[in-house]
Amino acid sequence: MIPAQFDYVRAGSLGEAVQELAADEDAKVLAGGQSLLPLLRLRLAYPSKLVDVGRLPELTGVHDRGDHVFIGAMATHDEVLRSGVVNADCPLVAQATATVADPAVRHRGTFGGSLAHCDPAGDLPAVVLALEGVFVARSAEGEREIPAAEFFVDYLESALGPGEVLVGVRLPKLGAGWGYHYEKFHRTAQSWATVGVAAAVKRSNGAIEEARIGLTNMGPTPVRARVVETALRGMQMGDDVRRACEEAAAGTSPPSDLHAQPDYRRHLARVLTHRAILHAAGSP
Amino acid sequence: MTEVGKARKRKEDRRLLTGHTQWTDNLRQPGMLHVMFLRSPMAHARITRVDVSAARDLPGVVAAFGGQDFAAEQGSLPCAWPVSEDIVIPDHPPMAVSEVRYVGEAVACVVATDHYLAADALEAIEVDYEPLPAVLDMNEALAPDSPKVHEAGNQAYTVKITSGDVEAAFRDAPVVIDRTYIQQRLIPSAMEPRAVLAGTDGDSFTLWSSTQIPHVLRVMLAVVTGIPEHKIRVIAPDVGGGFGSKLQVTAEEVLCLLLTKRLGKPVKWTESRSEGNLTVHHGRDQIQHLRLAAEADGRIRGLQVELLADMGAYLMLVTPGIPMLGASMFNAIYKMDAYEFGCTGVFTTKMPTDAYRGAGRPEATYGIERVMDELAAELRLDPLEVRRRNWIKHDEFPYTTISGLTYDSGNYEAATDKAMALFGYDKLRAEQADRRDRGDPVQLGIGVSTFTEMCGLAPSRMLGAANYGAGGWEHGSVRMLPTGKVEVITGTSPHGQGHATAWSQITADALGVPFEDITVLHGDTAIAHKGMDTYGSRSLTVGGIAVLKACDKVKDKARKLASHLLECAPDDLEFAEGVFKVKGTDSQKTIQELAYAAFTAHDLPEGVEAGLDSDATFDPENYSFPHGTHLCAVEVDTETGMAKIRSYVAVDDVGAVVNPLIVEGQIHGGIAQGVAQALYEEAVYDSEGNLLTTTMADYLLPTAMDLPDFVTDRTETPATSNPLGAKGVGEAGTIASTPAVVNAIVDALRPRGIHDIQMPCTPERIWRALR
Amino acid sequence: MPRMAITVDGVKYEEEVEPRLLLVHLLRERLGKTGTPVGCDTSNCGACTVMLDGKSVKSCSVLAVQADGCDVVTIEGLGANGSMHPMQQAFHEEHALQCGYCTPGMVMAAIDLLRDNPDPSEDAIREGLEGNLCRCTGYCNIVRAVRRGAQEMGQAVRTS
Repeated sequence: MIPAQFDYVRAGSLGEAVQELAADEDAKVLAGGQSLLPLLRLRLAYPSKLVDVGRLPELTGVHDRGDHVFIGAMATHDEVLRSGVVNADCPLVAQATATVADPAVRHRGTFGGSLAHCDPAGDLPAVVLALEGVFVARSAEGEREIPAAEFFVDYLESALGPGEVLVGVRLPKLGAGWGYHYEKFHRTAQSWATVGVAAAVKRSNGAIEEARIGLTNMGPTPVRARVVETALRGMQMGDDVRRACEEAAAGTSPPSDLHAQPDYRRHLARVLTHRAILHAAGSP
Repeated sequence: MTEVGKARKRKEDRRLLTGHTQWTDNLRQPGMLHVMFLRSPMAHARITRVDVSAARDLPGVVAAFGGQDFAAEQGSLPCAWPVSEDIVIPDHPPMAVSEVRYVGEAVACVVATDHYLAADALEAIEVDYEPLPAVLDMNEALAPDSPKVHEAGNQAYTVKITSGDVEAAFRDAPVVIDRTYIQQRLIPSAMEPRAVLAGTDGDSFTLWSSTQIPHVLRVMLAVVTGIPEHKIRVIAPDVGGGFGSKLQVTAEEVLCLLLTKRLGKPVKWTESRSEGNLTVHHGRDQIQHLRLAAEADGRIRGLQVELLADMGAYLMLVTPGIPMLGASMFNAIYKMDAYEFGCTGVFTTKMPTDAYRGAGRPEATYGIERVMDELAAELRLDPLEVRRRNWIKHDEFPYTTISGLTYDSGNYEAATDKAMALFGYDKLRAEQADRRDRGDPVQLGIGVSTFTEMCGLAPSRMLGAANYGAGGWEHGSVRMLPTGKVEVITGTSPHGQGHATAWSQITADALGVPFEDITVLHGDTAIAHKGMDTYGSRSLTVGGIAVLKACDKVKDKARKLASHLLECAPDDLEFAEGVFKVKGTDSQKTIQELAYAAFTAHDLPEGVEAGLDSDATFDPENYSFPHGTHLCAVEVDTETGMAKIRSYVAVDDVGAVVNPLIVEGQIHGGIAQGVAQALYEEAVYDSEGNLLTTTMADYLLPTAMDLPDFVTDRTETPATSNPLGAKGVGEAGTIASTPAVVNAIVDALRPRGIHDIQMPCTPERIWRALR
Repeated sequence: MPRMAITVDGVKYEEEVEPRLLLVHLLRERLGKTGTPVGCDTSNCGACTVMLDGKSVKSCSVLAVQADGCDVVTIEGLGANGSMHPMQQAFHEEHALQCGYCTPGMVMAAIDLLRDNPDPSEDAIREGLEGNLCRCTGYCNIVRAVRRGAQEMGQAVRTS
């Protein structure tokens, strides 16, 4: 199918991009286009203008910033996967990114683009939520920081304002003692996660000191499995962990769609959370 | 020279591998226009207004039309298979005029200079609808108070076939298995979306289409549009897969032809995938009720089958015939005393169904092979043992089955033994027992499918008896060119099957000419002037044999010429490796020399015409009956419900093989499609009749990650119904594999009291069954 | 209309394009590069896969203007001096194509996956091809072809 007409501007600078977006409320940011182009082709979106930020140097690259990793919004999934610092310090991001779409899509699709798209079935939102990343956004008013917990507002809706561009995401280096796992469940290799679980677990003296769990596709936004996180604190590995994970779906409102009903998704959240925790804790 | 049987690499490949392709969408003509169709968003509605005026005013738009604009000349899309006396064949206008009956039905169109501009203009067309109730469920559709899809009601036809004393078979039967299975609706999903290009010189018309059936299409276009047949040429250029979905006379083909007639310009239409999911005919969609009566030792007494078959909104080319292709197949390879088959075709407000790889036979094979496993479970017998007790033994062929077909050859024992050895059957059974004992959360299931099918459509007299609208012969023509090279013309229309390679092998052996010296022409009604096209695993066993017969005629003529030139009696000549030699002498003529002599015609014997060429048709005396044993091991994660194939072994008997490489490829692809029905694919409509699986993101096709490496092997029991001894292979894998996979899943779960999972066996369905 | 420059299979083009023009339509309809087909509208099938600056992309999901200044290689640009690329040859040898519609994209994806892993396992091959759908082959022979192609390409590197 064929997209409807739109204007196009390739922003020469972040300032110009912000101005273009502020001037036209129906304008949309074009990053890698891997989510947007199918929507345009199916005529599910009719932007008046696309502001192409794909080549802005301010938005590119993966940067080691000491206590955190800064991933530019326009870093492609492929770049993220190849990044030494991501693999060393944010391996959960690398694991989840490896499950995003397929190699060709990962060459074009961007880290920031897929987060800003706010699809709860996307793999990266739950990861950034679990890692408590901080989103950096720029508008005509300047730069602001948005904690992950506030970024995912609703289904396909982020906290970014109309004239605002995502610059990148700060991901804290959690340091030694942490283990990570992204457990994705889907019907075919191409299909979206029915449910996904992003887990980061810190162990000390055999016990779980801290666990962070982000759930993919268990509601209109990614969600934390807070009840499980709390229950796991201080717990030894064993049957108790399985019991704790039984609460993984607490407080979620999973969708009903072609691939699963809510009760099945709740069940999957429990099973997959347990598996993710075991993997992340290093004792699958 | 023995080319037949050799794993020749395909002649077709280079063009396809280097991008020198002729997909219909690649073609362009001077002044070519692009058409796009506006499609109904309603499952069932009266059309009260179509206004195309705003679209007409947009840039690049040449014309825009609604259904009324075609009403006088568009005719009705054909149904060539009225299977019963009581059949109702409703009018099927290519563009809806007053009523729409499924989401996706064309209601208007725009013709523009560019497809981008056509897409824009489509949005400017206004259509008003008065909603009518959707009819979606077959059982509800047959209730007396159901809303009607068509005036005449929702029953398309009924068929009942009985053989033997069914009542006696069930009376006091020690075992009766009674099951209902759902054959879900599938979307064929050939990788190349449909495309049509129609052009005219003001007098005659050429239509390029991504079709499997250029010859049938030409006849039907003439009948539907009233354009005389001799003024229509149909070309199937490179065609990117069909699987039955391009065995059709489509609305878009008719409308493109009418548009080029009206506008005097070439008009092209290319489907988008989401449009195709809505409007390429769907496959399967049956509710099957099976009752099987057996003795306590597992011997089958009788079988009763009652089908509800979803026709969708209209009867297309062979829609009503699809379930009938399974009518003689439920009894499969098994002996029994009585058999009853009933089928009711039902109209619903959905896309019509029609042929999809296997067409009726996968449904039948699924039903019987699932029930055989249920019988085995009931009697606590190994599923292969219960089959052994019932199948036709190899020394019992030819065997006339309870449904009246005569199977000419087969060896079910040999295929099964070979499959069991390759699979490691006993070892896997031991592992299964171990996992059961341990209560392993991952359970192992073993699925069996000992299938046969009828293919090679078909003996014309049998098709006639089944009230099919055409014959089942095929045409072949072989002409030797003056330089000794060979052109083979075939009435088959390949779209991935490798006929250019296989027909070259047959011809090379028959004429003793090099494989490389042969070109195969097809898919153009002006070149291949007659034919019945490619479907139903018929091309080799009918079309390949027609080529062989044409070669024999060329040889006969060459022999006459050689005997004249060498001044000997025809019988004094021996023919080998392309050379006619006078027995016991050095006197000889090569077939190439004879081709040149026939071309110059300087010295021809009396009654021999110039040119070394011939035409032949072949009409088989029987179907061919490939068979085989497929074994599948599935691991089921009982915590998530995910079923994953661990290993898959297929031993197929397709008789004598022309090209083992091509045969293996057909089996691989066939298995993949059957596995996909078992695990992944389903066309889903919502409660208002909207298709939910319109894209490949929603309609799940398996990727390389989702399928295992298939282990394949063959036994070779030649068919007796054709001189090559070949049987069809195009559909075998698909027919066999679906029940093998589902039997494996059910086998894994049977200790938990589960005896069925509805297809596709999604993790969610398995999980629900386990709860 | 934006003006753009693009190199396709070694030839430089300058084109004025509508912003909405898809790269695949630029290739097929403007430049006559019909070797690259379109199979879907959601970037699932991968039939339209080409190399953009050396990396595989689905050309139905890239705007032509996004490829301004870039270098594109299509199936038509593989091979040299009339002979096929080793991967094309391997697909032929292993009967890894039937209808051939997915083949251009499949070959491009296969070549791409060898960039990182010149000697991939069967699993790595299957994973590398997950964005490319084939309806004919069941993938068995495609996987074999990629193994063979990888070996041939490895040989080519070693002997050159």
